[in-house]
Amino acid sequence: METVLSVLVGLFFAAAIYLMLSKHIIRIMLGVVLFGNAVNLTLFTAGRVVSEVPPIIPEALPVPPELTANPLPQALILTAIVIAFSIFAFLMVLTFRAYQELGTDDAEGMRVAEPKDDAMPPLGY
Amino acid sequence: MDVVEGQLITALILALPFAGALVAPVLVRWFGHNAAWLLALLPLAAFVHFLGFLGPVAAGETVVAGYPWIPSLGVDFSWLIDGLSLTFALLITGIGTLIVLYSGGYLKGHPHQGRFLSFMLMFMGSMLGLVVADSFLTLFVFWELTSITSFLLIGFDHRREASRRAALQALVVTGLGGLALLAGLLVIRAATGAGAMSELLAAPDLLRDSPLYLAAFLLVLGGAFTKSAQFPFHFWLPNAMEAPTPVSAYLHSATMVKAGVYLVMRLNPAMGDTALWETVLPVFGGTTLIVGTLLAVRQTDLKLMLAYTTVASLGLLVMLTGFGNKLAVAAAVLYLVAHSLFKGGLFMVAGLVDHESGTRDITRLGGLMRAMPITFAAAVLGAVSMGGLPPLFGFLAKEEMYAALGFADGWSTLFTIVAVVGNALMFAVGFAVALKPFLGEKVETPKHAHEGPALMWLGPLTLGLVALAAALWSQTSHRFVTDPMTSAVYGEPATVTISLIPHVGMALYLSIGTVALGILAYLALARGRAAMAATLAAIGWGPDRGFDQAVGGTVRLSYAVTRVVQSGRLDYYMLATFAVFALALLVPMLAFGDLPTQPRFPVIAFYEWTIILIAAFGLWAVLRARNRLTAIVSLGIQGLALAVLFMLLGAPDLSFTQFMVETLSVVILALVMTRLRLSPADHRPTPEKLTGMAVAGVCGLALTLILLRVTQIPFDGELSAFFAEHARVIAHGRNIVNVIIVDYRALDTLGEIAVVMVAGLAILALVRIRPRRRRDAAAQTEG
Repeated sequence: METVLSVLVGLFFAAAIYLMLSKHIIRIMLGVVLFGNAVNLTLFTAGRVVSEVPPIIPEALPVPPELTANPLPQALILTAIVIAFSIFAFLMVLTFRAYQELGTDDAEGMRVAEPKDDAMPPLGY
Repeated sequence: MDVVEGQLITALILALPFAGALVAPVLVRWFGHNAAWLLALLPLAAFVHFLGFLGPVAAGETVVAGYPWIPSLGVDFSWLIDGLSLTFALLITGIGTLIVLYSGGYLKGHPHQGRFLSFMLMFMGSMLGLVVADSFLTLFVFWELTSITSFLLIGFDHRREASRRAALQALVVTGLGGLALLAGLLVIRAATGAGAMSELLAAPDLLRDSPLYLAAFLLVLGGAFTKSAQFPFHFWLPNAMEAPTPVSAYLHSATMVKAGVYLVMRLNPAMGDTALWETVLPVFGGTTLIVGTLLAVRQTDLKLMLAYTTVASLGLLVMLTGFGNKLAVAAAVLYLVAHSLFKGGLFMVAGLVDHESGTRDITRLGGLMRAMPITFAAAVLGAVSMGGLPPLFGFLAKEEMYAALGFADGWSTLFTIVAVVGNALMFAVGFAVALKPFLGEKVETPKHAHEGPALMWLGPLTLGLVALAAALWSQTSHRFVTDPMTSAVYGEPATVTISLIPHVGMALYLSIGTVALGILAYLALARGRAAMAATLAAIGWGPDRGFDQAVGGTVRLSYAVTRVVQSGRLDYYMLATFAVFALALLVPMLAFGDLPTQPRFPVIAFYEWTIILIAAFGLWAVLRARNRLTAIVSLGIQGLALAVLFMLLGAPDLSFTQFMVETLSVVILALVMTRLRLSPADHRPTPEKLTGMAVAGVCGLALTLILLRVTQIPFDGELSAFFAEHARVIAHGRNIVNVIIVDYRALDTLGEIAVVMVAGLAILALVRIRPRRRRDAAAQTEG
């Protein structure tokens, strides 16, 4: 299973990075979502697929009766999913506001901070 | 460190100027310019303290004392008082006392007089520390402090661009030299093991015979030549005349610029007496002498004339020190003392003339003798000493110099000629500064001139009289100053006998020749000035313009580099980031040969295959979507496939969260999309697409390989087993994942909630900016 997941992780990363290399903000945003999923899947795979039983202890027992799925990466991923989502939501609103201000979704048109014909600093003392 | 009697007092004396720098602004606020009388007591106290060393040092004693500074590195804060450092210390504190007084008068009523005096005292403390420093680190720290305080003083009038330029130039040139010096001192330490001057001088041959001698020589001279304005680093010194005149008189003639000469003199016993030393120093010194005097002839500004003769004098000192024989060293010592006295005085005279008449231009001055008799007297004393005429101290220096050089061979003949020409030109310039403004017809000046205040003429007059007294009682001054200092510089006990009574001989004839040549030059000064101006205009380039070009070039280069590195294009930044990412992943893996082994073909259930293929299809659909709305919908495919995958692999919590988040993401994307008018699809040129594909593909491959390699390592389930074992028993929860989140890693979760909250607030802020801006815009159009 880990082998298949490793290959899938590679595909996720490749797709995410390809999208993030685009100039269009929306495509970059799509890439950000894929990137988050890729990272989560990486964590999951690195924690191994040791069992398909959920890590939940039955009512009557103090410990799980059989080998369960590894709970630790799951806990980490849960945190990561939520954070990735908050960041994504923020970026999305930022994109929206940037579009309203600048009237473009092309990263090349968004050069307020580093304008193309930025003047040379003065040569005096 | 040995404890020496009275070392605490010396340490306090060294700290005294810095203490004065702290209180100077307050004192000036309380007492106005009269605070100078109080502040002058500090250098005076130091002067008196150092006078107490005269007797023991004349008797051949050397005082080495200090305190441990960084014991683990064997570095001490230590000082060395011998003939050389004592003479310097006396000059610094003595002239310093007069300069503080002079500053009181010169900057009377200036709003920042307190700051000025504070900088001045700081400089004094640094310079004093520099000349008495024994350990290399102490020397270096004070050396750099003099550069910094000099920067502050030159740039004192910081509203003028010329001041700022001069200050920066001085800092860059002397600062770079300081770094060379630091490297040189470290090389000396590596070569000899000595960490202090006293240790180095105790075994002088160690350095000379070391293979590192050349490196140490070049680096140390890099420091000395920049500080002492030797050609071709001379240009910063005349520019430093942008500073108020007390600064020029004190830093840029009497003391700081002599730091390089001091260093050369200090190291002479350990580094001198080699062919390299005795060639390089006279050649550079002699060149500086001739260039300096020629450029001095060119000037019409009193301060600039003096500044270029200072450059020349420093060249002369380096030349004599490097010449190597005992008489030359004695001549250098005599000339150093004489120069500090007459040049400090002449600068103060120039400042007085400027202060009283409103101009420093020699062509616009004349006939001030009647109005300023005391200043005139001080000026004449200075010029007589500078011209090397009896009965002042400069005469002794010149006689000794000619006796030392002589005509023994071609080499010394060359330098004799250089010295005669240089001295004659300095004679002419010196008398031009001292006589021209005072003699002749009265010329109308911007201000109606009359004698300056006592605070101001006290300094130059005292220095002139000291030079007179030192020459008249030459045996006493030799015993206490010249002999000990010459011995320290030469490395062996030496006695100087020159006096005002001339001995008929070559030296006297040369002196007479110099004076005759000097008078001729004085008479032809205006013609010489025109000739020099024409020559310089023909050359058209100098190191001063070179400095501007270097600074401009640095700005242009950094601008060009910044434009390349920070192109301002997001896709370039991303490409660079991910290209580096791919390399960082792949290179170590390949370099260490730690690639995963060939995995077996996976045996998994058909429904698992199905879900994985759906996820892969989702990715493909996002990439291939014809327009962005399709892409966003396709985004849902891979997200939901992932959720199902988590469900199948025993992670129901992940699955639920993923469902929720994926749905919300698609909703938000779609919401935003419908508000925007976007071009339908991504049309990048094919080469860019291919580059992107390559980088993305390599990154994906690298991560797959790493993950394969990681999962081939045997799994260590200790931590997971711990959670499973204790989740119910200790933490009383049955869902182990939840227990980890809210219990074992609760702080993590707190952080996560904080992130969500901050993101929410930021979103709220972004959304709420809009209406207000619109109102502003509306108000503006209405208004």
